Amino acid sequence: MNDQFSTPMRGIGSTDEFRTKVGLAEMLRGGVIMDVTTAEQARIAQQAGAVAVMALERVPSDIRRDGGVARMSPVDKVREIQQTVDIPVMAKARIGHFIEGEILQALEVDFIDESEVLTPADHAHHIEKNRFKVPFVCGATNLGEALRRIGEGAAMLRTKGEAGTGDVTEAVRHLRLIRGQIRSLTQADPEEWMSIAKELAAPYHLVCQVAKEGRLPVPNFAAGGIATPADAALMMRLGAEAIFVGSGIFKAEDPLLTAKAIVHATSHFDDALQLAEASSGLGAAMAGIDATKLPEDERLQVRGW
Amino acid sequence: MTAICAGVLALQGSVEPHLRALSRAGVDPIELRRPDQLDQITHLVLPGGESTTLHHLLELHSLSSEIPQRVEAGDLALLGTCAGAILMGRECQESPPRWNLIDVEFQRNGYGRQVHSFIEPIEWIAGPGPGASEGIFIRAPRIGQLSPPVEVIATLGTEAVAVRQERCVACTFHPELTEDDRLHRWFLSL
Repeated sequence: MNDQFSTPMRGIGSTDEFRTKVGLAEMLRGGVIMDVTTAEQARIAQQAGAVAVMALERVPSDIRRDGGVARMSPVDKVREIQQTVDIPVMAKARIGHFIEGEILQALEVDFIDESEVLTPADHAHHIEKNRFKVPFVCGATNLGEALRRIGEGAAMLRTKGEAGTGDVTEAVRHLRLIRGQIRSLTQADPEEWMSIAKELAAPYHLVCQVAKEGRLPVPNFAAGGIATPADAALMMRLGAEAIFVGSGIFKAEDPLLTAKAIVHATSHFDDALQLAEASSGLGAAMAGIDATKLPEDERLQVRGW
Repeated sequence: MTAICAGVLALQGSVEPHLRALSRAGVDPIELRRPDQLDQITHLVLPGGESTTLHHLLELHSLSSEIPQRVEAGDLALLGTCAGAILMGRECQESPPRWNLIDVEFQRNGYGRQVHSFIEPIEWIAGPGPGASEGIFIRAPRIGQLSPPVEVIATLGTEAVAVRQERCVACTFHPELTEDDRLHRWFLSL
């Protein structure tokens, strides 16, 4: 048998409910999840081949520009989007805002993103996600944060990157860091696992599992600053299992073409000729901001505990 | 008889779990992304994923015409799970376009949205059966009216959840997410 398949299937040994949550995440692999604020944008995303849409009040670059409190998408918008498309509909809730989570679950959204892009409702705690029937995705910048979110019940992770900048550098940093931390964990002796758990502030049983299996127990997607087909392919090559695009599509000159091209590039991330084809004739990408030059209080990735 | 060479359509979806299942079933599967790779294989798995996304990506490289042509010519056996099954079904009102390889209508999200996804035992009544397996249903499609030559191979209660027509097999649940590979083993024998 091929060595890469020596680890058990993800979800085996968990509850049935958790397995159906991770199962949906598995189905989204190799796809592109697109931020949308209206039913019309959702229709364009589906037409372009999105695997899911993410409903939110404003795209990250507008939140960044206009400021104010960013909250869950209005309920009527979520319903309108659900009526418009057949693909899964995700929606964002504020960190720690379990009532927004309960409302989105009552609306039967397919996935909830407890997201740092919205203004946090709780500056010390995240939502206890195990009690929900609907699966959650959360952002993570390092392995400790990733395992804390899985401990709370997240069925999918994503890099945080720096949303709304169109600059992929922070997503690259988060993905490389998590992969590096997993690699070094697999080299550690079992006697070291508890100290590593303490250092990472991560649940011990999840540290042990990652040490043995050499990968995260749930799919890990890339998000935050992805604006071009090449950005999407870069994240896939670095080991992301699918792509979230926020402002990158509906802030581009031609959203439909850009969306199609990013779908194409995510699927054929390993073929440079296809990537060249996907990248041609697109018009201007969104205007970007250098994410490394942002003042500390404008960095969204630091939200999360 | 030609040697069995299997592939998994690797454009989007749960590709890796199918590669694992085929590998446990004793073959060394390829990841298929381009039409020219079809020459290398006798058996192709269409994984779960999003059927509209798969359709869009299949169209980009004319795989949506090449695959059904090879099946009709008798050169290729197909196993579709969930979204993959939908593509193989009878043409209907719903998008995406279907391939008419199995004379059954698959209704997308037939059990509802993700909060209605579930795991229940299914019963093999033909094909790899008899026996039961774990059926993982995720935003699963539902099988409509059936008539010969479509053969039911698995049921959930009284309802068909896996069907076969000649060398095409369609399954609305996800055997690839379990460690039970009897469907894959049987498929390779077709």
